[in-house]
Amino acid sequence: MLDFIMQPWPWWFSGLIISSVMFLLLFFGKSFGFSANLRTICSIGGAGKKVKFFDFDWKKQTWNLVFLVGAIIGGFITSEFLSYPDQAVAISENTIQDLEALGFAAPSSIQPAELFSIETLFTLKGFLILAFGGLLVGFGARYAGGCTSGHAISGIADLQVPSMIAVVGFFIGGLIMTFGIFPLIF
Amino acid sequence: MKFIKYLIVGILFGIVMSKSEAISWYRIQEMFRFQAFHMYGIIGVAVTVGAIGVAIIKKFKLRDVEGNPILFFPKNKSVARYLLGGIIFGLGWALSGACPGPMVVNIGYGFMSFGVVFLFSIFGTFLYGVIKEKLPH
Repeated sequence: MLDFIMQPWPWWFSGLIISSVMFLLLFFGKSFGFSANLRTICSIGGAGKKVKFFDFDWKKQTWNLVFLVGAIIGGFITSEFLSYPDQAVAISENTIQDLEALGFAAPSSIQPAELFSIETLFTLKGFLILAFGGLLVGFGARYAGGCTSGHAISGIADLQVPSMIAVVGFFIGGLIMTFGIFPLIF
Repeated sequence: MKFIKYLIVGILFGIVMSKSEAISWYRIQEMFRFQAFHMYGIIGVAVTVGAIGVAIIKKFKLRDVEGNPILFFPKNKSVARYLLGGIIFGLGWALSGACPGPMVVNIGYGFMSFGVVFLFSIFGTFLYGVIKEKLPH
C-alpha cells in the first residue's frame, strides 16, 4: 500500500482521481477550469481599469485561486513526502532516443535539467524558451476559452463540440512544436 | 473556512498531477510523439468516467452541496477561436511541457523555473485581453 503511493501512480488510478477532482468541484457548485485563474490574476493586478476583458467581479473566482494554492501545496507534499528521491520518469525507449538526438540526456528525475535547471534559466536561450512557452499557453488558453482541465477533461466529459475542436487544436500545435520547431531550436 | 474544501481538492489535484507524472515535460513529449499510452490512459479514464458521471448528474438532476441544481452551459458555437486558440496553446504546451495547472504544481514540487513560465502565461492572457477584439472568434 505504502509502496503503491510512493511509486508513480498508474494511469487508470490517476485518471480516476482526476475525474473525482472534477466531480468534487461540481458538487461544490463550481466548474473545473484552471486557466481562468490567469484572467483573475490580471484583474487583481488592475488590468480591468484599462482592458474591458479584465473588468469583472473576480471575487467570485476566489475559490479557484484557493484551489491554485492547494495545487502548489500538493506538488510540495508529493516531492517531500510521497515519492522516492530522484526517481526518473520511465518514458519509453523510443522517446529517450528521439530526445537524445535533440541533445537531451535520458531522464534522471521528472524534469530535464537542460530546460528547467536554475543555470539554464539564466541563459538567454533557456529563458526565452520558458518565457515563450508560458506566453503561448496563457494566450492560447484564453483565446480557446479554456485549457486542458476546462476543455480536454470537463468539456469533453460534457460532450461539447467546441471542446473537441480545442483539443484537436492542442494536438495540431503540439505536433508542430514537437516535429517542426524542436529540430530547429534544439 | 468556507474555502478550505477548495484548498483540499486543490492539494489532491497537485498530488495526482505529480504522482501521475503529468507534470513532466518528458511525459508530454512522449504523448506528442505517440510513443506511450500513459497520458492517453490518464486523460481517457478521466474523460470516460467524467462523461458517465455528467450523464448521471443530468439524468437524475442532481444538486450541489448548497442544494442548487448542477448545470452545464453549452459553450458558444465557433470554430476559429477554439482551433486557433487551441493551436497556440498546443505550441506552448509542447514547448514548456506544462499546461497552467501543472505549471504551479511544478513550482510546489521545487522547479522554480516554472515561476517564469507561469508569470509569462499570465502575461499571455493579458495580451489576449488587449488584442481580443482584433482576433477572429
